[in-house]
Amino acid sequence: MTPTLAQAAAEVGIDWGWVFGHVDEMWERTVEHVTLTGVAVVVGFILAVALSLVAIRWRATYKPITWFTGVLYTIPSLGLFAFMVPFTGLTLLTAEIGLILYTLLILVRNIVAGIDGVPANVVEAARGMGYQSRELLWRIEVPLAMPVIIAGVRIATVTTIGLVTVTSLIGQGGYGVFIERGISRRFLTEILVGTVLSVSLAVLFDFLLVRVGRWVAPWTRKTAV
Amino acid sequence: MGSPVDAKDGGVMDLFSDVSDFVTDPANWTGMITRTLDHLWISLSATLVAALLILPLALYLAHYRRAEFLATSLVNMGRAIPAFGIIGLALPISLALGLGVGYWPTFVALVALAMPPIFTNTYTGVTGVRRAVVEAARGMGMKDGEVLIRTEIPLAMPLIWTGLRVSAVQVVATATLGAVVGWGGLGRYLIDGFAQGDDAQVLVGAVAVALLALFVDALFAVGERFLPGDQTADRFSSVTA
Repeated sequence: MTPTLAQAAAEVGIDWGWVFGHVDEMWERTVEHVTLTGVAVVVGFILAVALSLVAIRWRATYKPITWFTGVLYTIPSLGLFAFMVPFTGLTLLTAEIGLILYTLLILVRNIVAGIDGVPANVVEAARGMGYQSRELLWRIEVPLAMPVIIAGVRIATVTTIGLVTVTSLIGQGGYGVFIERGISRRFLTEILVGTVLSVSLAVLFDFLLVRVGRWVAPWTRKTAV
Repeated sequence: MGSPVDAKDGGVMDLFSDVSDFVTDPANWTGMITRTLDHLWISLSATLVAALLILPLALYLAHYRRAEFLATSLVNMGRAIPAFGIIGLALPISLALGLGVGYWPTFVALVALAMPPIFTNTYTGVTGVRRAVVEAARGMGMKDGEVLIRTEIPLAMPLIWTGLRVSAVQVVATATLGAVVGWGGLGRYLIDGFAQGDDAQVLVGAVAVALLALFVDALFAVGERFLPGDQTADRFSSVTA
């Protein structure tokens, strides 16, 4: 039986009563979503810095590192979570391992590209002023690489926020709970709420990170994208 | 179906023997083949349909340098909109239109998700072709359509291909979520495995899905070598995107 267009339109309408009745749960899910994302990006960033230092120090390792993180990035998210389920169960740890692995490719690529992009004459000038390699890295190269590094953090954060919706399927909360429940109840409003909240959170964090970028690299303020 | 077993009690060795039981049981073979082929087929058709829908628009807009803001904002939007949300939203819409659960909501969501990478890469590729090359083509008497077909598209081919590759891999990944809206495909092993606590099934599904995504990515990597045109030419202006 094919419903008429009017019936279809009525069925896909938004139930505002449900929306206003679930503000508390939305807040709860926001806290879960932000926590899942935050832990993944922070831990991912620390690991990416370590991998990037290895790649910069020993050039030959860069290709294998990006190849390996690239393979991880290509594996579907639900598949990556599922890999760990037999060993770590339907747990927070499973979700975080998957999310962290996903951030690595983007972050390592941007950190290394940022450092590589520091103009050679600046590096020469710093050496001429007596900077040793460690000082050179942390006081000259890393600050100058900041805009590119922050760009990587922005992409990683926005991507992770989207991926966290999937972690509800392994029982870890976040906005995906709305989507999953909405699917099983065939209830558009709930699915829409989960999706819109996730997009809004991504936009908000992207905006905040742009501000952070201007703060750590003030010279980009006028030209920042 | 293989017998649902709980490997957690028996440790890793039991898990692996469960997996090998599952894989060597002929009763599971047709399922594995059907699900893999279904998964490949929906991914291929969704990517193709998306390309047919969005390529002409991207080429047209890029050739005339229109809607440049769209090209940049689409990448960011593509990242911010969760694939799971799109596939979820496609379900009630598909139901309301009488298309049912399973195939259609999955297919529609996949087509929608495949379009942004194809659009942005094509747009960037065509607008990135050196102005001097385009002017030379015009100087040789080519009309707009010829410039596009004989100069801009061949030179933008590597990036257009990258767009198709990114889309296809993303589609294979997202098709896994089709199991949540009642479609088959390899995602079934994961969703059913989670629900039944059947770790062997979960692991088989995870490996299959990962291999399929890597396989499709590798196919595109090999295909890149057979693209027409001179792949070493210095065809792009130094600033792209």
